[in-house]
Amino acid sequence: MTDLPAPVPGQKKLGLVIDLDICVGCHACASACKEWNSGGHMAPLTDFEPYGGEPSGVWFNRIHSFEEGDGDGARTVHFPRSCLHCDEPACVTVCPTGASYKRAEDGIVLVNQDICIGCKLCSWACPYGAREFDEDVGVMKKCTLCIDRIYNETLAEEERLPACVMVCPTKARHFGDLGDPNSAVSEMVARRGGKDLMPELGYRPVNKYLPPRRDRMAPLAPVALPQEAEGGNRLLRWIDKVLSR
Amino acid sequence: MNPALSIVFFTTSSGAGFALMMLVGLGVPLGLLPANPWFGVTAMVIAGVLAVSGLVSSTVHLGHPERAWRAFSQWRSSWLSREGVLAVLSFVPAAIFAFSWLIFGKIWGFAGLCGIVAAAGSVATIYCTGMIYASLKPIRQWHNFWVVPNYLALGLMSGFLLLDLVERFWVPWPTVTAILTAIAIVVAWWFKEEYWGFIDTSAAPSTIASATALGRRGAVRILERPHTEDNYLLKEMGFSIARKHATRLRLIARLAAFAAPVVLTLIALVWAGNAGVVAAFIAVISAGLGLVVERWLFFAEARHSVTLYYGADAV
Amino acid sequence: MMWRERWRDYWSPRETIDPSPRVSDEVKYTTCYMCACRCGIKVHLKDGGVRYIEGNPRHPVNKGVICGKGAAGIMQQASPAKLKKPLMRVGERGSGEFREIEWDEAMATAIGWLKPIRETDPKKLAFFTGRDQSQSLTGFWATQFGTPNFAAHGGFCSVNMAAAGMYTLGGSFWEFGEPDWERTKLFLMFGVAEDHDSNPIKTALSAMRARGAKFVTVNPVRTGYSAIADEWVGIRPGTDGLFVLSLIHELLRADKIDLEYLVRYTNAAWLVIQAPGEARDGLFARNADGHPLVLSGAGGVADAMGAGVQAKVVGETTLPDGRRAVPVFQLIAERYLDPAYDPDTVAATCGITAETIRRLAAEIADVAFSQEIEIAQPWTDWAGRRHETMRGRPVSIHAMRGISAHSNGFHTCRALHLLQILIGTIDVPGGWRYKSPHPKPCPPGPKPAGRPSQISPGKPAGGPPLGYPMGPEDLILDEAGGPARIDKAFSWDAPLANHGLMQMLIRNCWAHDPYPIDTLFMYMANMAWNSSMNTTETIRMLTDKDPATGEYKIPRIIYSDAYYSEMVGYADLILPDTTYLERWDCISLLDRPIGGVDGPGDSIRQPILVPDRDVRPFQDVLIELGVQLGLPAFLNAEGGPRFPAGYKDYIALHERAPGVGPLAGWRGETETDAGRGAPNPNQLDRYVANGCFWKYELPPEQLYFKHANKDYLETAQKMGFIGNSDPIILQLYLEPLQRFRLAAQGHGDVVPPPEASKRIETYFDPLPIWYEPFEWARVDQSQFPLHAITQRPMQMYHSWHSQNAWLRQILGSNRLFMARSTGRALGLADDDWVSISSHAGSIRGQIKLMDGVNPNTVWTWNGIGKRSGAWNLSEDAPEFTKGFLLNHLITDLLPGGDLANGDPVTGQAAWYDLRVRVEKVAAAEAGTTAPTFATMRHPPRSERLPEVLRYGARR
Ligand SMILES: Nc1nc2c(c(=O)[nH]1)N[C@H]1C(S)=C(S)[C@@H](COP(=O)(O)OP(=O)(O)OC[C@H]3O[C@@H](n4cnc5c(=O)[nH]c(N)nc54)[C@H](O)[C@@H]3O)O[C@H]1N2
Ligand SMILES: Nc1nc2c(c(=O)[nH]1)N[C@H]1C(S)=C(S)[C@@H](COP(=O)(O)OP(=O)(O)OC[C@H]3O[C@@H](n4cnc5c(=O)[nH]c(N)nc54)[C@H](O)[C@@H]3O)O[C@H]1N2
Ligand code: SF4
Ligand code: SF4
Ligand code: SF4
Ligand code: SF4
Ligand code: SF4
Ligand SMILES: [Mo]
Repeated sequence: MTDLPAPVPGQKKLGLVIDLDICVGCHACASACKEWNSGGHMAPLTDFEPYGGEPSGVWFNRIHSFEEGDGDGARTVHFPRSCLHCDEPACVTVCPTGASYKRAEDGIVLVNQDICIGCKLCSWACPYGAREFDEDVGVMKKCTLCIDRIYNETLAEEERLPACVMVCPTKARHFGDLGDPNSAVSEMVARRGGKDLMPELGYRPVNKYLPPRRDRMAPLAPVALPQEAEGGNRLLRWIDKVLSR
Repeated sequence: MNPALSIVFFTTSSGAGFALMMLVGLGVPLGLLPANPWFGVTAMVIAGVLAVSGLVSSTVHLGHPERAWRAFSQWRSSWLSREGVLAVLSFVPAAIFAFSWLIFGKIWGFAGLCGIVAAAGSVATIYCTGMIYASLKPIRQWHNFWVVPNYLALGLMSGFLLLDLVERFWVPWPTVTAILTAIAIVVAWWFKEEYWGFIDTSAAPSTIASATALGRRGAVRILERPHTEDNYLLKEMGFSIARKHATRLRLIARLAAFAAPVVLTLIALVWAGNAGVVAAFIAVISAGLGLVVERWLFFAEARHSVTLYYGADAV
Repeated sequence: MMWRERWRDYWSPRETIDPSPRVSDEVKYTTCYMCACRCGIKVHLKDGGVRYIEGNPRHPVNKGVICGKGAAGIMQQASPAKLKKPLMRVGERGSGEFREIEWDEAMATAIGWLKPIRETDPKKLAFFTGRDQSQSLTGFWATQFGTPNFAAHGGFCSVNMAAAGMYTLGGSFWEFGEPDWERTKLFLMFGVAEDHDSNPIKTALSAMRARGAKFVTVNPVRTGYSAIADEWVGIRPGTDGLFVLSLIHELLRADKIDLEYLVRYTNAAWLVIQAPGEARDGLFARNADGHPLVLSGAGGVADAMGAGVQAKVVGETTLPDGRRAVPVFQLIAERYLDPAYDPDTVAATCGITAETIRRLAAEIADVAFSQEIEIAQPWTDWAGRRHETMRGRPVSIHAMRGISAHSNGFHTCRALHLLQILIGTIDVPGGWRYKSPHPKPCPPGPKPAGRPSQISPGKPAGGPPLGYPMGPEDLILDEAGGPARIDKAFSWDAPLANHGLMQMLIRNCWAHDPYPIDTLFMYMANMAWNSSMNTTETIRMLTDKDPATGEYKIPRIIYSDAYYSEMVGYADLILPDTTYLERWDCISLLDRPIGGVDGPGDSIRQPILVPDRDVRPFQDVLIELGVQLGLPAFLNAEGGPRFPAGYKDYIALHERAPGVGPLAGWRGETETDAGRGAPNPNQLDRYVANGCFWKYELPPEQLYFKHANKDYLETAQKMGFIGNSDPIILQLYLEPLQRFRLAAQGHGDVVPPPEASKRIETYFDPLPIWYEPFEWARVDQSQFPLHAITQRPMQMYHSWHSQNAWLRQILGSNRLFMARSTGRALGLADDDWVSISSHAGSIRGQIKLMDGVNPNTVWTWNGIGKRSGAWNLSEDAPEFTKGFLLNHLITDLLPGGDLANGDPVTGQAAWYDLRVRVEKVAAAEAGTTAPTFATMRHPPRSERLPEVLRYGARR
């Protein structure tokens, strides 16, 4: 049903926290996502012209890079982009068929491929470009938050995480319940001043982005190297040094 | 946004169709239009064909047309669903209205009521079409006050133009219709100018900074896209059109959709008979072309917020 | 109520989700080979295919994570460019016209070519390997064959790092050491984009940042790792040496030097003979038993090796023979205190302000000397003295090809090590640590073999082809004193070419210089494209014929690749290899193992999939060739194959030295010996059972000061890593270099030819120097004002991944990146098509402006542009139409053609010395890349390329 589940107090909101401070833009999360989901709930993640002139395909996670600021104060920021599992997801409410829905139990936004008519309206309604149309199958696809991993009893407890979180070599991706203010992810968001993307549009994304930390540009403890006495043989200061091996 | 021809055609033709349906459904029972069943049938058939072919063409771009019927289910939240439901619902009274007219040769109470209901349904349908776009927050050029009035006014205008033409085969001198048509065109023109004025001047709510939660160190610029070739998002939503190109097309729209039809309608107003028919006919054709251009621009000038992740500074 | 549910479910039924699908039928462990980082992987198999590849959480290298390439392994296995069967060339070289042949014919042909060579003149076989991770086999095979002409890719890769490190520290930045990631407080990274430690570095950097340690990156470009640094020092390429020596200048000036460390662990106090013009000038003053001497605190001289000897670091003495001698440290102080290294003097050249240099020096001094760390961990030094704690100065450095790929790379890398040592940060807590099996003696023992006297028909060579010369007498020269190797390694052109000079191979084979070879045998090296300097020229040489005979100048080329690379197109006989998921492999301590700072380790690959094609593991083929050629080590007593099961048997049973084989784990009858022990036939089973790796954890008291840690040194000796447990003394002053210099001055009986002596004398300085990269001086810098460099893209490995349906979507074509300011000055905007010209010619590509790049520098991603038709991509592939390869502009010889474009000490290829000019091209030329080459025909039986790829679709 595409009208949204009535929010209950303490609503569970599973999502990702992405740390822009340490993402090095390695694309590991992007290809791990592609790899896992190619055999997962939304399989296949079709590719077009895979060996041709304009290769493209269905990816749930894409890594952009930006520059922030000018000159020396600037820095390069790598920016992974996937579904934010919004609280007010118009991608759900615009859907004419009910194929696009938000789960009441954990807030995950999914597409039911069996009834999607492929009208693409949800992809227009998503400000973040998180919806990927599979021309070949004729249905809309998107990040499932690895619904087939996070509850998967055939996996060891510690492996019940999204593929992109498991793989990230810099631990720039974290998964958890952002509805629970005491969860590790919520605390991290509070501590690091986690941000919403395009808050002005009112989609209230669940996923949060941690802005780059301020650099330790200033010397750890400002020190000036002592100037040695002017002139004179600089070697003399060591002349009487005797050290033992 | 990518101006897919199927959608461009769908919105213009169904808009005109439902508007005509609305005018006939309302005008005849109120005795403002000829009671001649053949007039009714002609008008209603034209309206029906336009509306239906519009709806059909809108299913062309679906990934699963055979599942289209499911689109009726989500009327509680989805304007697209509502549009579908209302469109179909308005056909029922419209059909009763038209057939009874044909069969009984005149409009009587219940049929008249059906006409009025169909009229109401038609307006509502056009309203929904407008709302589909007006409800999309990621697109400033769509998510604004002017979109719905535009759809209604442009629909009404095209409906009147058709009516003015059809009516002439039964009424040599449809003064009232002609005058109303001219007014409708002017009103629609005004709304369109207001709309263009708005999208040209209104501030962009979203920026590359708000899209990335960056900016503390200063301006944010794209360095590299995630993939080197275009993907679905860019093909569907990355479409953008050059300023000067747009201005040229706007001029064409102004002339073909509004200026020419007004003049021609006024000509038809003074010259009765064949000359009037010819003028009204050209007016319809011109407006039709003009509106297709206008609708194409409606998509082409719309910038989606996803483009912020691909180099746009603000949308 | 009920009806409403039904009604709703009719229109839009709820989705039923299986939250617990079985991931796979079977999980197998092996080692990834989507690059050379050697991460451990878990391969999930389902319905006979690969379902999912993930990191092995227990693996010491990657601890569970994998990278973008590793996670795309599925698509490597699915690549349409996989070779299917042995190929014999039928068309011209480069045409891609081949005939499929049976393995029997392939082997017979190879033997037919190789056997006569071995029986008449073994050096006429040149056997070179590229991304080879089995060099302990390939090098051994070459030795057995009897040719001196073997090397792997090190010469064009990072021999500058390896050589500078091994001679100075007995370890190196390249592979054999890493920062103390957990403890360091100030980390400086020089010229690293990705490196071989792809995942470990990423993991460590983020942990470091979270800890609040400061991360400074010195790099002309601010991307990748550098993007997350606290401070970006956008240095001008090729000037790091000067920058580092200026830091040293500041530290010396302020007396922020760890003299205690120097006297204990380095040759800083050793006395150097000062007798200009004499045969022993600049050598260490030694006593009767050859021990170096120090200036004793008590007066006079003393044996430097004595424990507890009291030594002075500054002072002068007159030796019994009347010669003057001063300690190494005095030479260092005198040299680097010179105003030539004052920040104000070097700032302009380096493109770094003097303030920045001074501030960084101050930060280094502050962290090193005011923020010392101490671990409550007793240890015993080489002399048996117990120390209650381990104390360290938490400043660490890592550096790679940004330093090494320059003609001054060896000395720049030495300068970095000098800096590390002067502040006492080698193998101390918070500093830079050795990865076992390092440290080794500096340099390690074996010397290169291959002199004419060591080569004879039908016999193995006198020793392994690669090693560490200690002086001119160790060079590999012919009777006339000229080069004896086809790549001229260990000749006066490149005396310390420890890894050989693969980048010179094709030119020399073509030019028959120093002599013609008969067969060029290559493995895993795309020498017709991205690993060659001056690719256009190289292609010409590969196809050039002798007008007289109509024969190719390089008569025969045998090549083993797994995919349809550019090089395949230029070979005559192709031996198709398996993919990394289809074979046994061994990442050996004898090569580039997976050892870490906490102990040695090695690993294997096991076949996970059965090849669906008629291909064979190259190592098996090589061993089979060895048998058919009758190479002794590959035959048993009865003359039959010693390793019947091929490489699998070799890995487990081969012994390099008694008890030492390719794998160090589970040796001996009891399967419990580590390092040294009798071969164990079940060894591979043990590895497989352990996730395909072996790791030995050193006890805490052996974790630091490995170069002088008694317990560690004894462990290492027991395991066979080092010959004896003597302390390893860090060599600030390199006596071997001085020996070459003396030869250049005419001393000794092995002296360079006159034309070489000036160069040898200048660049074989026993202390680090900085000089302008050679290309700068040889081109008109106003004509070529910009520096051009490349970077590794994290998600692509050299040429491998353009065939990968997923990875090529991420990077299908490359741009030339340039500073916005520079672009504006040149009237360039994003997406403009430009010509990039060097002294060697012009190429064409598209531009992207950015802020995070040194204004004098342009850069692009490495190895993205491809040769049309290669890798079985369709003709309109962006790799062919838009991508470009910088290599066309980088020459193997310097302008003038007399000298190699490389480091004068090691011969390392100077990729990043390139100078270019960038200009907007005419509209007519815009839109396509240049140069382009005739399309290579796809190999026989290549299936039509799919329009749509539905991997994982439920059938
Ligand atoms: N993903 C991936 N990983 C790889 C590889 C790959 O192809 N792909 N290749 C592997 C191989 S073979 C190797 S050798 C290693 C190499 O690992 P890296 O050393 O990281 O290789 P490069 O990409 O050459 O990085 C050179 C860096 O030095 C910078 N640089 C260039 N010139 C200078 C200079 O003069 N001074 C300074 N300070 N910096 C400079 C460049 O901007 C670049 O960032 O990577 C290995 N790992
Ligand atoms: N401009 C520029 N050029 C450079 C560099 C640079 O930084 N800039 N870097 C240089 C450096 S450091 C290096 S190391 C070289 C690397 O360049 P190369 O040594 O040529 O290595 P690759 O191109 O990675 O791969 C060589 C071949 O190995 C093949 N191969 C892959 N897997 C297998 C397998 O399992 N079996 C077999 N038999 N073959 C396989 C591939 O198909 C490819 O044809 O490039 C050098 N070239
Ligand atoms: S895996 Fe981690 S570091 Fe790599 S791109 Fe994704 S988030 Fe960034
Ligand atoms: S990110 Fe887009 S697709 Fe995901 S929930 Fe929000 S609106 Fe929907
Ligand atoms: S594309 Fe599918 S999911 Fe998206 S709105 Fe249309 S029907 Fe719903
Ligand atoms: S949560 Fe799963 S589906 Fe979503 S981006 Fe990460 S890996 Fe992809
Ligand atoms: S770094 Fe990536 S590609 Fe290289 S071995 Fe590790 S996982 Fe494989
Ligand atoms: Mo390399």
